[in-house]
Amino acid sequence: MPILFIAQRATAFVLAFAVAVHLATILYAVRGGLTAAEILARTHGNVAFALFYGVFVVAVAIHAPIGLRNVLREWTPWRGRSLDVVLLLFSLLLLALGLRAVIAVYS
Amino acid sequence: MSEVLGVDVWRGAEQGAFQAFAIPRRQHQTVLDVVTEIQREHDSTLSYRFACRVGMCGSCAMVVNGRPRWTCRTRVNEVVKGGERLRLEPLRNFTVVKDLAVEMTGFFDKWKQVHGYFEPGAQPAKDFAVVPPQTKERKFADAGIECIGCGVCYSACDVVAWDEDYLGPAALNRAWTLVNDVRDRGQAARRNAVSGSDGCQACHTHMSCTRFCPKGIEPTYAIAGLKRAMFGWGAR
Repeated sequence: MPILFIAQRATAFVLAFAVAVHLATILYAVRGGLTAAEILARTHGNVAFALFYGVFVVAVAIHAPIGLRNVLREWTPWRGRSLDVVLLLFSLLLLALGLRAVIAVYS
Repeated sequence: MSEVLGVDVWRGAEQGAFQAFAIPRRQHQTVLDVVTEIQREHDSTLSYRFACRVGMCGSCAMVVNGRPRWTCRTRVNEVVKGGERLRLEPLRNFTVVKDLAVEMTGFFDKWKQVHGYFEPGAQPAKDFAVVPPQTKERKFADAGIECIGCGVCYSACDVVAWDEDYLGPAALNRAWTLVNDVRDRGQAARRNAVSGSDGCQACHTHMSCTRFCPKGIEPTYAIAGLKRAMFGWGAR
């Protein structure tokens, strides 16, 4: 069963929606100018915000390393376990950095 | 139409050079006619491959003025305008044996890898299978079944060019016709073969195979079908 292929397609589905919401929110929110304090005032304690970006981060952490793995497999001779381990670590890094940011603006 | 056709033909193997010939221009002459005339009248050491001359056997494919084509069904008039020259090279993504002849073993090994042959199962069927022409499976199989194995799609494919393990459009197209063969009893092994990292998921949908297939087959859609089908296999 092609787990990576299916995981990448499934997260692409999530990201197509999440990125659109993310960009639309940015464009809408900064119309009149926005400060960091104003952003944090809206995100602190906002559960919907934290859930949305939590899902976003998880989807990115799954999607991006699989795509990067494909690119590296096609464009370099790098194959096998070492490639998979490095990209798993990259996935964990994305997950940690992303969730840290979500928690920071939520709490 | 000028009376003489300038032709540049690849001579050698991976290393080599183009050799120039001047051939009488004839109405309706095909590219294969030109190659045959060069070999018979100008240089008998020229190596190339052909058999049927009528678009059935798939053995005369070459790169003609930069594009992969079946040479027996390509008229010079289609590819050379005015005083242009004709440039003939061996198919890309194959090892060149000599001049215009390429080694196709690896290409057909990939057909075997995808189980690109009918598997009747351990016991013969008790009765004739009824496969109505209007069923979805029959239509999918029909769309790809006329492949003649010429290697044009394989030569045109970018993914094959950068990943020699990629199974390629022809083998995957053949697999798709068999995935849709309701009589076949060897689907599990075939599904495994096409689902790997070098299988259908590696296709980038550049569509060069579909653009250049001389039989008008659309391997891109066969591969897309395999990608879709994989979700169903995964759920089982």
